[in-house]
Order: sequence, then structure tokens, then C-alpha cells
Amino acid sequence: MSDDEQVSKNRLHGLWALTNRDLKKWYKAPIIFLLTILQPIVWMGLLGKSLNIGAIFSPRQIPSIAFNPPLTLAQLGQLSSSIQGLSATVMKNAFGVTDYFSFMAMGMVSFATLLTASFSGVSVVWDRRLGFLNKVLSTPVSKTVIILSKVLSSALRSIFQAGIVIIVAIVFGLKFGTNFTAFSILGVFAIVFLICMGLSSLFIAINLRATRIETPQAVMTLFTLPIIFVSNAFFPINLMPSWLQAVANVNPLSYTTDAVRRLMIFSNGMGKYPFSLPFDFAYVGAFAAVSTIIGVVLSWRFLNK
Amino acid sequence: MSEDVINVEGLTKVFNGRLMAVDHVNFTVKRGEIFGFLGPNGAGKTTTINMLITLLRPTEGKASILGSDIAKENVDVRNSIGFVPQEYTADEDLTGYENLLLCADLYGIQRAVSKKRAIDLLNLVELAEFKDKLVQSYSGGMRRRLELVCGLINRPKVLFLDEPTLGLDVQTRVATWNFVRMLKKEFGMTLFMTTHYLEEADALCDRIAIIDHGKIRVIGTPEELKGGLGGDTITLAIQKDTDITEFVKKINHVVDVKKENDAYLIKAENGEVTAPLIIEALRREGYVVTKISLTKPTLNEVYLQYTGKSLQDVEERNEANMAEGLTFRRAKQ
Repeated sequence: MSDDEQVSKNRLHGLWALTNRDLKKWYKAPIIFLLTILQPIVWMGLLGKSLNIGAIFSPRQIPSIAFNPPLTLAQLGQLSSSIQGLSATVMKNAFGVTDYFSFMAMGMVSFATLLTASFSGVSVVWDRRLGFLNKVLSTPVSKTVIILSKVLSSALRSIFQAGIVIIVAIVFGLKFGTNFTAFSILGVFAIVFLICMGLSSLFIAINLRATRIETPQAVMTLFTLPIIFVSNAFFPINLMPSWLQAVANVNPLSYTTDAVRRLMIFSNGMGKYPFSLPFDFAYVGAFAAVSTIIGVVLSWRFLNK
Repeated sequence: MSEDVINVEGLTKVFNGRLMAVDHVNFTVKRGEIFGFLGPNGAGKTTTINMLITLLRPTEGKASILGSDIAKENVDVRNSIGFVPQEYTADEDLTGYENLLLCADLYGIQRAVSKKRAIDLLNLVELAEFKDKLVQSYSGGMRRRLELVCGLINRPKVLFLDEPTLGLDVQTRVATWNFVRMLKKEFGMTLFMTTHYLEEADALCDRIAIIDHGKIRVIGTPEELKGGLGGDTITLAIQKDTDITEFVKKINHVVDVKKENDAYLIKAENGEVTAPLIIEALRREGYVVTKISLTKPTLNEVYLQYTGKSLQDVEERNEANMAEGLTFRRAKQ
């Protein structure tokens, strides 16, 4: 047939078609799309503002009755300003910034990404159950492309979500660092893309042979909260017990969160060893590459009928 | 190129080292024919299809499609075949048109070509006016039609249909048959299908392989298979008590006679012609025929003879499975 010459011989053909299919399921469903946007608003608005750690260090925490004889107005002013100074130092030491909300909001970028990545396992199982996977496997599309399309759609969704999280954070009063420029946001998108590739690949690899929808859900329940809490997303690593620090220091989410904070809210000299921006990118990049390769290679063997 | 489009030699699939799903089957499918696998659930029909379309690796044996080995040249095989699965696999969250374009993309067909093809195919199965509706709003028949044309988007030379009319109403079933016949006639397509509906195999297939417990019991045209049963059955009763068995046996074209209670079961070639001859011969001898009936052999009898069981009860179980499948689909929404 004359049309035959127009068939693509590219090894990666079908990648965008499958990626776009997964994305359409999300952006064409108004309810799901709206929930994606609502999620960071609710999480940050409620959780972020409720953990008002900075308020612990305020003069109001010290009742005036504690002093006998009562302090003079001048003494009160002095105490108040020294507590505020103390608060700034403690907060800066622990969190790298003076307000916990900014610290936590950037951790939310990692958390949102982790949640999105963990859902990619669910979509593999759905495709298997509904027979869609079999149909795709009977076409010339390679298994590599099938896996990469899942990873890619999840990574693109994560970038969008990271954007929403940042916008919401700004509305709620995020304090930028002195190094912040418009390019910093591109840096955030890049690191989010990488970590989501790595995490999605792992969640997909675990669920390659799963036939029940409960399996990816159990995997999510098992891993997501521990992974996020054994990282610097909501609490600084150097204040954890030392054995937990060891775990947190290999967790790629720690490096992701650190990179996001360095790009967005840290000023010069902030942020702690062993992290640095180039090392964060190298670590997360290597994690993404290794995980994706694992996912793809396992799919050659296990992504069958 | 040879006339054999599909060539299968000793194809075998063993699951988990124990379960022999397909047991050394051999057959060929000729260019432009509709070849049917007839058998109950679990006979190995779908497993055979899955091996031929390269979804499953054979444990043993060889098969080639248009000269390409299914194990070694699987990309060539996939490019030249189309597959219409048993289930509804179209994406419910996309429109019919989007589903077709997606299928086309999986074959690497350029957009300019696939857009036109998708519209043509939707017209062919009268889905054009629903093309921008989400598939979840389609009826069962519409979804079946969409599945059919999804399998045609790459203009395959060989089309595989797995239970193409499972769970469809009579009207849609006949429409599907006509569509399959049209594919054969207009496009010279070769079709391989599985079915457990006897009348479907009889009406549609040029040749049938009866498969049971992973083995092919017999292959032939529906006429050959039915002819192999020894012809039509004439059931007859007369007024007198005399045994006429030996007398009837001598009449031309009569193959065999058996007396059962008051009736004689007469196997005869070409029953429509032989029956009047028998009546005439009996009348001349003074016997009065009180009852007579003629039964043509059905595929069910063929099936019974080769597998030792009827397909009737198997069908009922299948409908139940289908209903379950639909419940699951609804629960998802």
C-alpha cells in the first residue's frame, strides 16, 4: 500500500502518544484536575500554617507573672527584642530560614511529587486489568516506550504540581532567598522532573506483574509516608537521631528538597553539609538514571501478558 | 509468496511447567480465508492467538505469519497483523476518534494518514457521528465496532479476532459477521478467529479447527466435518409391527438403519432425495408410513463426536462470565 512508506521506523515511536493518553486522563477530567490544584492549597493552608513553630519563640510565651518584682517597660522591651533575636538565630540554625512555613512549603514540593510518582504504579495495573496493555503489546511499540511513557507523564504532572505548590506558597507568604531569580523556578522544575522519573520507575517496577489494584495501593501506603518523613522535607536532618540521619542522607528526596530550598528560599551560606546544589543535582540525576534503567530492563522480562 | 499465510508446526505452550494449554498443534491458514478455532473456554484458543500475535512466547514449536517467525521477527509480525481482543480495550476516557488515532500512533503511522484513515474506518462501522463522544458513553455494540476498526488501523494483511461476538445480541452479531465477510471479500484479508458459538463457526468460517484440551481434534470445512458424520438422519415410523430394518438397508443411498422403539433411525446421504425414495419403496411393499422427519447434521454433532461433549452448557457459563466483566467495568467508574 502506498501509505506504507509513511510508517515511522523510530524506535521510540508511540512515546508521546502513550504519554499524552495518560495526561489526557488527568487534564481532561475537570474534577481530578481541580483536586490536583486543591491538594497543595489544603495541605499547606492547614498543615503548614498549623505548625507555627516560630511562634514558640515569642515574648508572649513568657507570662509576666514569672517575674518578681515585675519588669519595667524598658526591661520588657529589652527582653522582647532579645527573644526575637534568639528566635531568629535558632530558627535560622535549624531550618536555614527564619520562618517554618517557607521551609515546610518547599518540602511540600517533594511530597506532592512523591504522591504523583506513587500513582504511576496504579495506572500500570489498570492498563493490565482492562486489557489495554495487551493491545499495546500486540503493536510494534517497544516495552521500553510503554514504561517511559508512564514515567514521562508522571514527571510532567509533577512539574505542573510543583508550579501550583510554589504559587500557593507565595500567596500564603513564602519568603524568597536573596539568590532567587526567575531561573530558580526552572531549576526546581528540572529537579522535580528527575526525582519523579526515578520514583515513578521504581513504583512501576514493583507493580509490573501486579494484577490487583490493591497491590499498588498497599505499596503506596507502605512507602510514601516513611520516605517523606525520613527526609528533610518537614524536619531538618541534623536534629534527627544519628542512625536516622544515615538513612535520611541517602534518601534522594532529601537532595531534592535541599535543591528546591537552595533555589527558592536559602540565602548565601545557608544549607548544611553534605548538601550543595551541584551535588543535589548529580545525586538525584544518578538516582533517576539508575531507577529508569532498572524499570526498563525489568519490563523486558516481566511486562508480558 | 506462498499461499500459506499462517504456518504452525508443533506449537506448544506449557504454563508453570505443568499446565499444557496448547499441545503440539499443527495447521496452516491460506491467503484470503476465514479460519476458525472452535472450542470451549480453556481449550487453548486464546493462548494460541496470544502466541501468534507475539504476546506469549511458545514453549515449543514454530509458527510464522507471512514468512516472519513469531519468535524471532516479532516486530515484522506485529506490523503486518491486526488484533481484536475479547475484552473492550478502548480507553473509556478518550473519544472514539482519539482512540483510533492512538492506535495509529502505536503503529507509527503519520498523523496526516491516520486522521483520514480513522474517519474512513468510523464511517465504515457507522460511528462517525459519535466520533467525538467519550467511549464510556458507547453501547456494547458500538464498543465492539470500535474495537474492530482499531484492529484495522494499520491495514493488516492478517486480522486476529478473539471471540468477536461474545455477549452480543443477535442483530449486532449478524452485522459483525457481515463486516468480517466484507473484509475478506473487499480487502482480500486473511482472518483467524476463535469462537465457541457453533452457528458462528458454521456461518462464517471457511475452515474450522475443533480444539479441546489444547489439541486440535479435526480440521476441515463445515461441510466436510458434517459430511464426515455419515450424512443426514431420517426418522420414520410405520403402521405395522414388522421389522423393516433389513429391507430399508437395501434402498439406494441408505448408509445405516437402527430401530429405536417404534422408530427407525436411517442414516442416508442427501436426505431430501432419499426420503421420498424410501417412502415409495415402502408403499410398494404395502407399508404405510405414519411419521417421517429429516435432520441435517449440525456442527454440534460434529463437536460432540470429536470432543465427547456438547458446547451448550459451556456457552451458558460464558454468558455468566461476561456479565461479571461488565459489573467490574461499571464499578470502576
